[in-house]
Amino acid sequence: MAAKSPKPVLPLTPAQTWWLLATGMAAFLPLTLQVPAWLSAVAGAAFLWRAALAWFHQPLPTRWVLSLIALAGAAGVFLQYRTLFGQQAGVALLVIFMALKQLEARAPRDGLAIVLLAYFLTLTRFLEDQSIQTAATMLGTLVIATAALASLSDPLGKPRELLRLSGLMLVQALPFMLILFVLFPRVSGPLWGLPADAYSSLTGLSDDMSPGAISHLVQSDAIAFRAKFDGPPPPRHELYWRGPVLPHLDGRTWRPGNRAAAKDLPYRHSADSPSYAYTVTLEPHNKAWLFALEFADALPPDATVTADAQMLAKKPVRERIRYSLRSHTAVAHSPASTATLAEALQLPAGLNPRTLALGAQWRSEEPDALRRLDRAVAFMRDQRLLYTLRPPLMSQHVADEFLFDYQRGFCEHFSAAFVVLMRSAGVPARVVTGYQGGERNPVDDTWVIRQSDAHAWAEVWLAERGWVRIDPTAASAPARIEQDLASAVPAGDPLPFLAGPGFDFLRELRYRWWAANNTWNQWILGYNPQRQQDLLARLGMDSPDWRKMTAALAVLCGAVLLVLIGAMLWSLPRRDPVERQWARLSRRLTRRGLARQGWEGPQDYGRRLAVAFPAKTEEISRIVSLYAGLRYGTLSPELLTELRRRVAAFKP
Amino acid sequence: MLKAFRSTLHERFIAWALRSKPPEPVPVVLSQRRIYVLPTRAGLLYALSLLVMLIGAINYNLSLGYALVFLLAGLGITAILHAFRNLAGLSLTVGAATPVFAGGTVRFPLALRNPDVRTRRLLRLSLPGQPEVTVDVPPDDSASVHLPHDAPRRGWLAMPRATLETVWPLGLVRAWSYAAPELTCLVYPKPAGAVPPAPTFSGIEGGTPPADSGDEDFAGLRRHQPSDPLHHVAWKSVARYGAEAPLQTKQFAGSAAQALWFDWDALPAGMDVESRLSVLARWVLDAEAAGLAWGLRLPGVELAQSHGPDHTHACLKALALYGG
Repeated sequence: MAAKSPKPVLPLTPAQTWWLLATGMAAFLPLTLQVPAWLSAVAGAAFLWRAALAWFHQPLPTRWVLSLIALAGAAGVFLQYRTLFGQQAGVALLVIFMALKQLEARAPRDGLAIVLLAYFLTLTRFLEDQSIQTAATMLGTLVIATAALASLSDPLGKPRELLRLSGLMLVQALPFMLILFVLFPRVSGPLWGLPADAYSSLTGLSDDMSPGAISHLVQSDAIAFRAKFDGPPPPRHELYWRGPVLPHLDGRTWRPGNRAAAKDLPYRHSADSPSYAYTVTLEPHNKAWLFALEFADALPPDATVTADAQMLAKKPVRERIRYSLRSHTAVAHSPASTATLAEALQLPAGLNPRTLALGAQWRSEEPDALRRLDRAVAFMRDQRLLYTLRPPLMSQHVADEFLFDYQRGFCEHFSAAFVVLMRSAGVPARVVTGYQGGERNPVDDTWVIRQSDAHAWAEVWLAERGWVRIDPTAASAPARIEQDLASAVPAGDPLPFLAGPGFDFLRELRYRWWAANNTWNQWILGYNPQRQQDLLARLGMDSPDWRKMTAALAVLCGAVLLVLIGAMLWSLPRRDPVERQWARLSRRLTRRGLARQGWEGPQDYGRRLAVAFPAKTEEISRIVSLYAGLRYGTLSPELLTELRRRVAAFKP
Repeated sequence: MLKAFRSTLHERFIAWALRSKPPEPVPVVLSQRRIYVLPTRAGLLYALSLLVMLIGAINYNLSLGYALVFLLAGLGITAILHAFRNLAGLSLTVGAATPVFAGGTVRFPLALRNPDVRTRRLLRLSLPGQPEVTVDVPPDDSASVHLPHDAPRRGWLAMPRATLETVWPLGLVRAWSYAAPELTCLVYPKPAGAVPPAPTFSGIEGGTPPADSGDEDFAGLRRHQPSDPLHHVAWKSVARYGAEAPLQTKQFAGSAAQALWFDWDALPAGMDVESRLSVLARWVLDAEAAGLAWGLRLPGVELAQSHGPDHTHACLKALALYGG
């Protein structure tokens, strides 16, 4: 603006300082577990320091001190992540900025920086977690940050008023958010390469299996995927969700085999076995494999399959994806190459001598592979192996120690020992990992499969039947397969929280919560370009593209804006009809320099007019007395009509 | 160059924005058509941040990131509406401005009326190049503000167009409007500092100065006025009637008082107009402070001898408007 005197920059008032501190805390606290512990401690200390300074009215630290802290913080972040530009390093740096900005906030401009930083930190929180709870928490942060923003231009505002205003404005912003959310043309990201550490927080099955890996994983209640069947679901003991196949034994660790991917399934399902159609909504797990009920009759779009019958996506699954499949419970034929069979017989030298000896003995006694298999299953059952989440530590000869010494273990021990046993008996065998079972939510009839459902089983190859699934755990702990983990492990074993019994009274609530979560995932978090197209098509927009979306967006936002403005203007009071006539008279005389002055009462103005128009004295005095009577006396419609008529007729 | 161009543009805009040629008839109602809204610097920064956040949300495929950005965008739009509503419908009337001396600061009295049920928060009013005044207007009520303006020269000072603006509630957008109601303030000449003493006898040609200062002939009592000098208070009557009785001032019909004339022509011939007016203003003030009666003679104007606030004002006004 031209010729504006520079405004003095006012320092922050104590109330504003407290608001900014609250904003910083509200943005930082949800992130405490997302950043390294030392950083949380440093940032927490900075907040406390600032609070103490504000409380005791002490001056802020000097630039020197702050620069030193900033350098130390950046160095710490670099040491932690070996970079300053990764995703996690970026979040850590933002937290440091926020803490330092608190310690140097002097003017409202710094306050604005803090509020904007709080908005940024809210966004970074969603990198880690986008659950309903997080959304609710961060909404709280937004209310506080926005109230702080309001306090910057209203230093004397009462806290309750500011919070109310901030809440009200956020509620009023909701319609715009909704329209933008639905109609803003979605692009599937990323726009450029993401930092290498972008998805490190995702959990799930890993590429290999060593003793303890799965028993560690099942402690997590995190959801692996959801499945919804079209029609009745298969019986529980058929719910084997196939994941990574691990034919290669490397010491104690099982590893995947040849990853060559093909477009054709390596088996032919048997047409007369029951089949089930279903849709899987897979949580991101940062690995390429896809889970499917054994045995799918086709591949999901864009997926490939290995010779081990393991489905793979083109790239690691980093966002929730959905695919529909049909699976049969049995396979008619599954050929195997010699290389595959050779790998399925491989054993590390010098390990598990007792198991190897037992297998060798069976091989010499039984010429038929099927008979050797029966003997192995019978042996496992007779060993009275105990299924437990707390297996003893096994050192080197894991199969030996499990089968002959401790006889206690988890599914990874069962399957690994069984495969070693079969291989030593000359029967090709491999470990298959994945999930078994799941929990049906009666509210929306969706199956929820959690990490606690992770499982490992075995497959053996029989010349006449191909690969056959054998679950050694089922032989020893049938309850794991028929019911759930809780029924299978001995009482007293620690269980994943939701798998525990005794929560029946919460069951209904829990199911509803899961259903809500599912809806949230499908419609809010899973709202991708595909969903957007589907929804808009269903809402009647044919072949929606970004042009149509932008147009609809503009039209709808404009409509909401107009409605709001209209409502606002409607609530503005109409001008008093008497006053309007009086103003009309004055307006008409403006050109003659006879506009009514602000200080002029009706009589004064009338006298002035009478002097100007001596011929109309009578008319003027009638108008003046009508106006004064209506204005200060009672409002009578007839007199108002007369005033209107006379003013209209008054022609100077 | 650019600055000049900008300020010309700005003036053009204001002329257009005011629609009618100033002065406008009062009350000036801030109808929706004359309210303008633009983002502030903070608002631009806010928008830029949202853009960066949107890119982040797209890149990381964060559904809640989208939701956050869109909610904050909605918040920005809401802020526009609130700022707009904070000004819309206000009406502005003017009061009478108290005269000041040149070199002082005029305070133009304005009254803002809020016909609404909501308080109008943090309205900032200013005149071009002058400091701003912040005011709240309670619901269905009025608030008065005094807009300061420098008064460098004597004469009538017309209030330039006033800017009413608000960045409430979030400081992200600024809604503003202009109003140019007719309001003028009289600016007296600046009284001279060190001056020769008042020419007590300048008005009487050939007269001889009496020995005293005109307090001689007691002419009666009248009710005391605050401007009366203390040494004219009839203290004896206070002693007689007690402190509750109104103070009385002794009046004198001294010939010396009648003889007090401040005459333009009596000042040295080489003196320029403004200096003469300054000196005369000083004498008027001094005479009033001393409780003396005086008359004023300017070329073409003569004010009869008298004293008191009205007379002072009349004389200072004549000086202020001299030659204009």
